[in-house]
Amino acid sequence: MTDVLVVGAGPAGLAAAAAARRRGAMVRVIDSAERTGGQYWRHLPESRPSGRESVLHHQWGAYQSLRQALESDSGCTIDTETQVWAIERRADGSLRVNLAYGDVDGTRVTETVVPDRLVLATGAHDRALPVPGWTLPGVFTAGAAQAMAKGERIAVGDRVVVAGSGPFLFPVTASLGQAGARVVGVFEASRPSRMARHWLARPWELMGASHKVSELAGYVAHHLRGRVPYRTGFGVVEIHGTDRVEAVTVARLDADWAPVPGTERRIACDAVCLGHGFTPRLELAVAAGCELTDERFVRVDGEQRTSVDGVFAAGEITAIGGVDLALAEGEIAGWVAAGGRSADASVRAARRARDRFARFAERIATAHPIGASWSTWLQDDTIVCRCEEVDAGTLARVAESTASVGLRSLKLTTRAGLGLCQGRICGRSVEQLLSGSSGCAAFADGATTDRRPIAAPLRIGDLARAPQSTETSPHHIP
Amino acid sequence: MSARAVDPRRDPIQPGPTDPVTITFEGREYVGVRGQSVAGVLLANNVLDWRTTSTRHEPRGLFCGIGVCFDCVVTVDGQRDVRACQRTARDGAQVERQHDELPRRVEEAGS
Repeated sequence: MTDVLVVGAGPAGLAAAAAARRRGAMVRVIDSAERTGGQYWRHLPESRPSGRESVLHHQWGAYQSLRQALESDSGCTIDTETQVWAIERRADGSLRVNLAYGDVDGTRVTETVVPDRLVLATGAHDRALPVPGWTLPGVFTAGAAQAMAKGERIAVGDRVVVAGSGPFLFPVTASLGQAGARVVGVFEASRPSRMARHWLARPWELMGASHKVSELAGYVAHHLRGRVPYRTGFGVVEIHGTDRVEAVTVARLDADWAPVPGTERRIACDAVCLGHGFTPRLELAVAAGCELTDERFVRVDGEQRTSVDGVFAAGEITAIGGVDLALAEGEIAGWVAAGGRSADASVRAARRARDRFARFAERIATAHPIGASWSTWLQDDTIVCRCEEVDAGTLARVAESTASVGLRSLKLTTRAGLGLCQGRICGRSVEQLLSGSSGCAAFADGATTDRRPIAAPLRIGDLARAPQSTETSPHHIP
Repeated sequence: MSARAVDPRRDPIQPGPTDPVTITFEGREYVGVRGQSVAGVLLANNVLDWRTTSTRHEPRGLFCGIGVCFDCVVTVDGQRDVRACQRTARDGAQVERQHDELPRRVEEAGS
């Protein structure tokens, strides 16, 4: 019987696990969080029951049925608070997946498994572009505000400014409102002409994705009813405060996101939520040896196979596409990983859904690209790498004075991207600033900030305690 | 008041009864709801920062909220580098601000 290891218990991972079980594989799902559901279905712990938690979620029923089916299935093991800290490739092509579990960031137990098939569904995290003052307490990623609202019932502020780009700003605003925060403004950097051109063009392509359109329309209606000012072609260009956020300066942005002088306006607030799209969590795919696309997502074929034999990918690591695409890709990945074919009737609906929602995802991506001139709102002393406190001026000076064309040497000279987060937050911004490019930067040494052989920090003591050379199938439960 | 817990009486999810959890941070006790993270309990009490950076000595707290950025690391019961947004608050937990000084030159540190 095939052993399938699924990494990530969000929509894609859960759908993969369910499909792999349906096809008869033994499945183990792991997730670093305490509860399944991923960021999309992040929810309250069992110790906090409520009457109507579903009002905070979309497709809550889909999550409940996936979860119940998997939890009651003896052929499926779900291990939460379990993290892959490294993946190693052996000479024979097999992959050793190194896990750590136990208290988060506490004393952990390690285990190494060698699965027959691996499904990566590691998702994405928010990208927040550096802005002067963005290190002040009270500045959060948009995802943090939502995580606190949905997973803890906390409003991150009283008067909140939401800024960035993309449709994710809508659900974040809705979550803040449901938590009792006052959203004093939502500032979308993209311009209405661009958004209209890409959202509304070729409407026949969106047939079947109509509930996504009505979901977006619902958010727009919510804004109008709730009188949340929603401005397009605007951005937060500076955040003010001494020990915590006190105000922001917003300004009109041109088509490339350069602030237009003379349009600045100061708005008092006590929290700022930034979300400039998403960064896929690629380190495990990179460690496994999976090829990436030019846009820096995991390359998959029509069966969700990566370039590495036995390794599949689904969800936001293949493209930022939202929950429907993630569910469809996950189902196909799990089914094929367990020995099925994507042509099988059992996954026909998933195949159709994937094609439909992939088009929707492409459209959102082209409506909300990162503007080429975003860095013009930086000041010399604006921190870019939050961990190592490297500012924009230093990056510019080092890039100029060393004339280095290799990313590795630039990183070592500036220390940008070498801190605890390993460049997860600043990586792409650092690449763009050092290379002077606005898209996917290319360096002479071929390096990127996506490669992180140690995918999660581990204490030396935990490693020292690890038994040598114990490899188990994913279903060995110690 | 800025960061705060949602008022259960006004919460649209109609929450059931909860248990309190108490942690200590910088000598003060803070009460949250059992099941909340260390970051959640602190934010519920409008505490926004619990780390001081090494170079600029600036305050930091929650940023990404999902365990990616490591900005929120704190010392819990003597154990360093614990992400406050990922660690569930346990009753009686002693939480300390983390401030890692940059290494000093041997000549300056000596004697």
